[in-house]
Amino acid sequence: MMRRFFLISVPYLWLLALFLVPFVIVLKISLSDVALARPPYMPQFDWATGIGAFLSELDFENFTWLTEDDLYWKAYLSSLKIALISTFFTLLVGYPMAYGMARAPQEWRPTLMMLVILPFWTSFLIRVYAWMGILSNEGFLNQFLLWTGVISEPLTILNTNSAVYIGIVYTYLPFMILPIYSALERLDGSLIEAAEDLGCSRLTAFWLVTIPLSRPGIIAGSFLVFIPVLGEFVIPSLLGGSSTLMIGKVLWEEFFSNRDWPVASAVAVVLLLILVIPIVLFQRNQQKQQEAEQ
Amino acid sequence: MTRMSWFNAVSLTLGFAFLYIPMVILVIFSFNESKLVTVWAGFSTKWYGELLQNEAFLNAAWVTVKVAVMSSTIATVLGTMAAYVLVRGGRFMGRTLFSGMIYAPLVMPEVITGLSLLLLFIGIGLDRGVMTIVLAHTTFSMCYVSVVVSSRLVTFDKSLEEAALDLGCSPSEAFRLVTLPIIAPAVISGWLLAFTLSLDDLVIASFTSGPSATTLPIKIFSAVRLGVSPEINALSTLMIAIVTVGVITASLVTKRQMVRQKRDEQAAART
Repeated sequence: MMRRFFLISVPYLWLLALFLVPFVIVLKISLSDVALARPPYMPQFDWATGIGAFLSELDFENFTWLTEDDLYWKAYLSSLKIALISTFFTLLVGYPMAYGMARAPQEWRPTLMMLVILPFWTSFLIRVYAWMGILSNEGFLNQFLLWTGVISEPLTILNTNSAVYIGIVYTYLPFMILPIYSALERLDGSLIEAAEDLGCSRLTAFWLVTIPLSRPGIIAGSFLVFIPVLGEFVIPSLLGGSSTLMIGKVLWEEFFSNRDWPVASAVAVVLLLILVIPIVLFQRNQQKQQEAEQ
Repeated sequence: MTRMSWFNAVSLTLGFAFLYIPMVILVIFSFNESKLVTVWAGFSTKWYGELLQNEAFLNAAWVTVKVAVMSSTIATVLGTMAAYVLVRGGRFMGRTLFSGMIYAPLVMPEVITGLSLLLLFIGIGLDRGVMTIVLAHTTFSMCYVSVVVSSRLVTFDKSLEEAALDLGCSPSEAFRLVTLPIIAPAVISGWLLAFTLSLDDLVIASFTSGPSATTLPIKIFSAVRLGVSPEINALSTLMIAIVTVGVITASLVTKRQMVRQKRDEQAAART
């Protein structure tokens, strides 16, 4: 009994202290007085005066501030837009790869799988950095295109949104490929044969049979890309330009450059509220899939 | 299907080229003589030499490894405990909250995790340094460990544990002699995952580190912000080499272990 209590309480307390409590603090600071809360913020919670006083002191000034300054609105909207578009492109690149892997000879598959996973173990920062040398004005891509004669002037790609899209597709590709691959690998080949026997062309069979049956993989992969990209910081700050507006970057700057902690906290709370929807949808999808397997 | 269609062959080739060409270019240009990263001026290993003399990088690398070893080890212990409790613990008070707290950090944006931990550390007056980064990394990586370990625990045959208990093992002996050896591969891969997550982390470390402790990603990030540099290419190449060797070794070892385990199980089934 003692042992069980110990097993439960140690990780439980750890997570309470270092996950839940910090989050409550963020919530608290986001609701604390802007004037008092200039850094270092004044912790407003005073156990002596109790919950009543605490509640009466709450104010939503930071949140109204978020709605008044259109920088924040634009940042949330543009993060959503960038996340949606890049998820779509990742799917466009990832699906054919997953499909090719699932159709590859059996003995190749573990190797292909490892080739997809290997970049995931390499530093994220380095993978983003690699593109800086490729996309810059004197970079390899421009050198190559100039050499082939496709363009006569170097293209400006680095420090634009296009560079951000390329960076996201590149770094998040494994997250898209793996769930789609596992859905496609389980797919019963005889279903496609049946569709073809019944008069479907290969393309129609793919559209009517393969795509619907791999849908759980597509959904899982899309959420695995969309959710983290929404709060992405490294890619927009290294590959994006000054016009690239993403909420992770705004939060970072609000905190480190403007040192406005209450607003940074409010930005975090709103970002989390936005994320709740895709996270719940993702969980539902996973649960449905698990039930279907059983 | 014995042969791949040309469409699949092309999409795989293009896809893997897209994944690997940037890293190949990075590695090649780490051996470039010129300071200009994009113009080839002959083979040289001088950037590696300069890297090894750069004290700031070496210090940061040492801090990073220290943090990664500590945090991944603590995270593996805590994460395995959490997984065991979630899979075998039955019902207890606050179980839903517990499993929520295990899964939430996996989808939590790093900027939020970092910000919240920093505010906690400031709130309780903890000086930021190696210790605070270890606490932060342990917290998010224990969740990854617990997911990896619990997926192994779910699939393994509970009757093996029960048999050990029936044959007179104490619960802790049953865990040590039966459960742990079976889940060991998952525990090891959990540790490796936690280790690389910690090595790799920039955002959470930036929030939770102080002036006394700079990790390698923080150092790289501030150097890279100013543009491409051959020294960073050299450093990246070293890191890519270590990871590649590590992953390939790990996969070979687990493959051998799986073969051995299968053989043992077959032998056990025969007797």
